[in-house]
Amino acid sequence: MPKAIFQHPDGTREEIDVSLGVSLMQAATQNGIEGIIGECGGGMTCASCHVFIDEKFLSVVPPISLAEDQSLDFTAAPREHNSRFSCQLIMTQAMDGIEVRIADPQM
Amino acid sequence: MERSVVVIGAGQAAYQTVASLRQEGFGGKVTVISDESCPLYNRPPLSKSYMLGKMRSDELLFRPLSYYEEHQIELIVDRATAIDRDRKVVSLASGSEAPYDDLVIATGARNRTLSVPGAKLGGVLGLRTLEDADLIKERMATAKHAVVVGAGFIGLEFAAVAAKSGLVVHVIELAGRALMRAVSEEMAALVCATHKQAGVCLHFNSGIERVIGEGGVVTSVEITGGDVIPADLVIVGIGAVPNDELAASAGLETDGGILVDSQLLTADPAISAIGDCARFASTRYACSMRFESVQNAADQGRFVAGRLMGKAGNFSAVPWFWTDQGDIKLQMVGLCSDADETVIVDGPAPKSRTLLAFKAGELISAECLNSPGDFMAARKLMEAGLSLSPTAARSDGFDFRAWAASSIKAHNAPPAQR
Repeated sequence: MPKAIFQHPDGTREEIDVSLGVSLMQAATQNGIEGIIGECGGGMTCASCHVFIDEKFLSVVPPISLAEDQSLDFTAAPREHNSRFSCQLIMTQAMDGIEVRIADPQM
Repeated sequence: MERSVVVIGAGQAAYQTVASLRQEGFGGKVTVISDESCPLYNRPPLSKSYMLGKMRSDELLFRPLSYYEEHQIELIVDRATAIDRDRKVVSLASGSEAPYDDLVIATGARNRTLSVPGAKLGGVLGLRTLEDADLIKERMATAKHAVVVGAGFIGLEFAAVAAKSGLVVHVIELAGRALMRAVSEEMAALVCATHKQAGVCLHFNSGIERVIGEGGVVTSVEITGGDVIPADLVIVGIGAVPNDELAASAGLETDGGILVDSQLLTADPAISAIGDCARFASTRYACSMRFESVQNAADQGRFVAGRLMGKAGNFSAVPWFWTDQGDIKLQMVGLCSDADETVIVDGPAPKSRTLLAFKAGELISAECLNSPGDFMAARKLMEAGLSLSPTAARSDGFDFRAWAASSIKAHNAPPAQR
């Protein structure tokens, strides 16, 4: 089962299982990871599932759509080069072990 | 003595209240009383990905049930039958009682039902709960013809799903156009054009005269003017009624919702009401409002949790909303009903459109069709309390997103750098 590691603003890390085809946002909320809100349930409307992807994994995540790219300019926590919405990061085998840092604030 | 908060509700507002209470550090007793056997789940997917069979029911839950145990949130599946405000106790259908220091009523709304002959035939269904969605899915598996009553958000979302699933779909709407309540005429027309392209038949200025059936199950409907349309499935999406009866029986004021002030408090200082069931004094719109949306429920849940933990201030969230109908993603922020001027900003792709609405020169709403970037820009702009003039919006080469991004950045910059 592929894994994902979420790092909280205070530095603590949590590793969870993420089935193939499931978004990191969905996996986070189902596993009680605080700090990922995902209020709109993955519709790219709420901008409350913002994460920063560890450099090592930037090349294996799904490509960013125009809509996501535009929306990331307006996150509560300032956008960085490795910003993504975790609802758009759908788990693949290549992403196994992915590490992301949870953005704060989300709203 | 430990302080106790009781929340009555099965949906978004109830979930957010209890989750936020714990997030804010509330250490007292937290109880949520839900009258649905599957408690505290996301409703929007019911008319979208869940209805299409792309989601499992356990994926609808806001949090797995273990979350409530881990956070000492008592989840009671039962129906609240009465509130005794003197003893500060909620009575439940099972005969139990839930005592409270603070009570939050988040009882939501229920669907309006059809009152024409035949409305109680099998196959005439509403859509609000997981149970409703499962009944509809079951019927859809064999149905060939769907009639949707009401061209509102639920009706059109279902129409898109049904058309995609291969059914013949007719939508019957009393008004002269779709999405009358919350969407501008221009945008509604664009949305309907897409539905028509997908093969959906839309009938305006038309109502259901009667539902016709055989063996207790619907077979067709007769509409205004006498046309009879075959139907194996009739989805009724004609609006909702707030569940304010429990509050009214307890002597709390109601008027199309439980009346609360700008802090979401009823006249009883121990009782708040939030979400679909609450009509609140909006400081933003200087009148009483009741919103039926995820954003309103969630923001109000967060607000009340904050208020119970001592945070000051009035509820002033910017309303926003979204609807997914087939290929259409329509997102809205603010309210457009009072607009005196509109400016269209075309999106980057074909079939995307952003409509900005103004009143007295100030931006009051944005409707964004397949333009999530514009929506985010408009929403963050309005949440920051910033505006834009129609003249600026109309200027040659105006880039709304870039303008919004730099305005927000300037607004957020520390004073020395402004």
